[in-house]
Amino acid sequence: MPLLHIKDISLSFGGLKAVDSVNIRVDEGEIVSLIGPNGAGKTTVFNILTGIYTVDSGEIFFEGNAIQNKIPQDIVEAGIARTFQNIRLFRNMRVIENVLIGSHIREPYNFFQAVFRTRRFRDSERENTLKAVRLLREVGLLARTHDYAANLPYGEQRKLEIARALATGAKLILLDEPAAGMNPQESEELLRFILSLRGRGYTILMIEHDMSVVMNISDRIYVLDYGKLISEGLPRQVANDPKVIEAYLGGVPDAAENNRA
Amino acid sequence: MAIFIQQLCNGLALGLVYALVAVGYSLVFGILRLINFSHGAVYAFGAHAAFFFVGLNFGPVPAIIAALVITGLLGVVIDKTALAPLRKKRSVPIAALVTTLGISNIIQNLLVVKFGSQRKPFPDFFNLGAFTLGGIQFSSRQFVMFGVSLVLLLLLLLVVNKTKIGLAMRATAQNAKAASLMGINVNSIITLTFLMGGASAAIAGGMVGGYYQVVYPGMGFMIGLKAFAASVLGGIGSLPGALVGGLLVGVIESIAALYIGSNYRDSMAFIILIVVLIVRPAGLFGKNEVVKV
Amino acid sequence: MDITGRLERFFSQRRIFFFAVVIALLAALPAFGFSRYIMRICIVISIYSMLTLALNLVAGYTGQLSMGNGGFYAIGAYTATLLMINAGLSFWSSLVVAAAFAGISGFLLGLPTLRLKGSYLTIVTLGFGEIVRMILMNWDTVTNGTLGVRNIPLPSLFGVSLSFTNHGLYYLALVLTALVSVFCALVINSKVGRAFIAIREDEIAAQMMGIKTVRYKVLAFVLSATISGIAGAFYAPMVGYIDPNSFTFDISSQIISMAILGGLGTMRGMYFGAAALIVFPEVSRFLMDYRFVIYGLILVLMMRFRPQGLLGWRTRLPYRFGKVLERQLAAEGSLPPLL
Repeated sequence: MPLLHIKDISLSFGGLKAVDSVNIRVDEGEIVSLIGPNGAGKTTVFNILTGIYTVDSGEIFFEGNAIQNKIPQDIVEAGIARTFQNIRLFRNMRVIENVLIGSHIREPYNFFQAVFRTRRFRDSERENTLKAVRLLREVGLLARTHDYAANLPYGEQRKLEIARALATGAKLILLDEPAAGMNPQESEELLRFILSLRGRGYTILMIEHDMSVVMNISDRIYVLDYGKLISEGLPRQVANDPKVIEAYLGGVPDAAENNRA
Repeated sequence: MAIFIQQLCNGLALGLVYALVAVGYSLVFGILRLINFSHGAVYAFGAHAAFFFVGLNFGPVPAIIAALVITGLLGVVIDKTALAPLRKKRSVPIAALVTTLGISNIIQNLLVVKFGSQRKPFPDFFNLGAFTLGGIQFSSRQFVMFGVSLVLLLLLLLVVNKTKIGLAMRATAQNAKAASLMGINVNSIITLTFLMGGASAAIAGGMVGGYYQVVYPGMGFMIGLKAFAASVLGGIGSLPGALVGGLLVGVIESIAALYIGSNYRDSMAFIILIVVLIVRPAGLFGKNEVVKV
Repeated sequence: MDITGRLERFFSQRRIFFFAVVIALLAALPAFGFSRYIMRICIVISIYSMLTLALNLVAGYTGQLSMGNGGFYAIGAYTATLLMINAGLSFWSSLVVAAAFAGISGFLLGLPTLRLKGSYLTIVTLGFGEIVRMILMNWDTVTNGTLGVRNIPLPSLFGVSLSFTNHGLYYLALVLTALVSVFCALVINSKVGRAFIAIREDEIAAQMMGIKTVRYKVLAFVLSATISGIAGAFYAPMVGYIDPNSFTFDISSQIISMAILGGLGTMRGMYFGAAALIVFPEVSRFLMDYRFVIYGLILVLMMRFRPQGLLGWRTRLPYRFGKVLERQLAAEGSLPPLL
């Protein structure tokens, strides 16, 4: 059974088919990339997966349970967490607090237990804070613990966003263009970081434009264009697929004709 | 039945005034995505300016024209001194909202300081006497108010839909950045918007002053909210929406006053507002916006 | 480290001492023999501190600007008053019922947050405040309409009536404000407070972290309303007379001005804002006419030059882990270094 199985989902905005019968499967422990030109519908797929949009048709199974059209909160509880294309941290909160927001759903106490500072509250807070600090150490942000998220350099903000997603306890992490805006060293480091996540048992589905990242770490790749899947397979197969080259470079036949002339 | 028809006419006449004020909300919202809380106070300012000029023996029409000019300028001053700097700083939207709330306080209470908070008699200058039609007595004030508002609203619609400036306004409302890249001076469009909003509020203020023959600094609060309800009902940002919304609010509250009791007349606008915002926040003529993530 | 940072560290290291001093001073205040007028101002400041702390929960932490908090205040005042006068309940049980009743109205006002955001929600809260006032004016049989309610009895404790003369009202105000403050601090420093702030910072990201944003926004309104209701229930017997015009939009607007002046999203700012805007018109009587003009100017100038409020800085102090956790972290070698 695949960890995530997207079956034939479609979504239109007005007359525009943003996502058109897309099928994707992600197995446990894989790093799968979703690529495609701008406006191909990649982020829309993420928004459907995380419950921001509801699908017109199709089904999504996570660990065998249907999750299509559930509200975002239930999807996080089920074990899917994400990052955003344009970083969406809680900028005026500290690094540690951002991670603690990630573990919000792992805090078992209720409002009254919080107000009366019951044992359950204290244990849960201590436990989660401890975990949050450990997580920050693992991702290399320990020195930033007390800092405010807005004060972090770009690369570290990306990392913090991933750490926050990990803190939800998710099994499947959706990364939306994690390498966007990074220089080659930074994306090199990010690449190692993502690989280390797989090493720790996480499964990753990511949208990425940086081909050096995509080709180096993906187990499999799906290619989306105008809302439709046009290719899928191992990095090497996809890279040589004429349909993919056409989608990316556009008008390949024209170019060929020009060459002939 | 006679009372019903009288109330209906009353509602239509007041409704068009609401529409005239609502246009001010809609124009500003359309371009800045800002609810201009100071608009009710600007309206009260307009009414007091007319009151002031009438006191100087200007005669009703010149007084209203003078009020229109000075209130239009007030609108521009508000934007230039308080709101434009916030846009320049790219402040959060709530900052502009709070700023307009503050401006509303300033204007309204300066009026209190200058004119006193009590109700002051305003000349009954467009009363051409009452007349009877089909056994029902009508006041000519209603008809004058209705006529003037309608002409002004149609004029505004014409300006926005048929002139080059109107085209620039609509382009700015669609996408200010793109409009500015096309060579439209967005800042002067915004200035113009505040000028038009202030001027139409002044005319509305002068007419309502004449209709009830009274002005007072707090007069803008309730009508501001009603006009806001009207623009939301019609779809904030849409001019035809403001017109239809204004008429609906005017008629609904007049009919409600008749059947539920005049005490609850003023609460109708809120009830309409809350129901619309919950059932169809985009209003009758508005479009829903898609969430971007 | 800059000056605020140093000051913060200085005060934070001695916070128990400073807390003790402030509490001792406040408790000893009546002993200084201030006039009834001064003591009354102190009581009004504490009422407004409660009101701003209440607003702070929705507007400061959760980011939902409410202009209807005057409505909750009115509901608290009227509920307590009518229970005391018509049902003969004691002040204490009236206080509890009034708080609960205001809380329920906060729940109702919070419901539109299901659909509305930003300015739209703000307008609905404003409309709510006005509807409350209209009901108070028009529901004559219960509220006595525009005439208002007179001769509201003072609270009494063990048979002693708490008045200005015996400073009972002052101490009651102090205790209520202290309880409200502690309550707010406890809520803010928990997952509830973190969820509030996360919603303010980025609502969609908060949802994506599994926070049930609607539930927390409604909760913020309920808490805010309850606290405002307590302030109202105390206000009514303090002045002895209420009418619908004691609760106009000006009250809501005044609370907002105070909170913005002090700094939304901080507690210190609330006390400061309330004290500043209550004391200011008193010491500058000649400016009395311009009082609301100045409130307006404060809003405009603050938004322009210091939108975070006079005391609204982000603390430079390290995150507080608590002793136990610090020891545990140090033991496993992952104690985060300070800034």
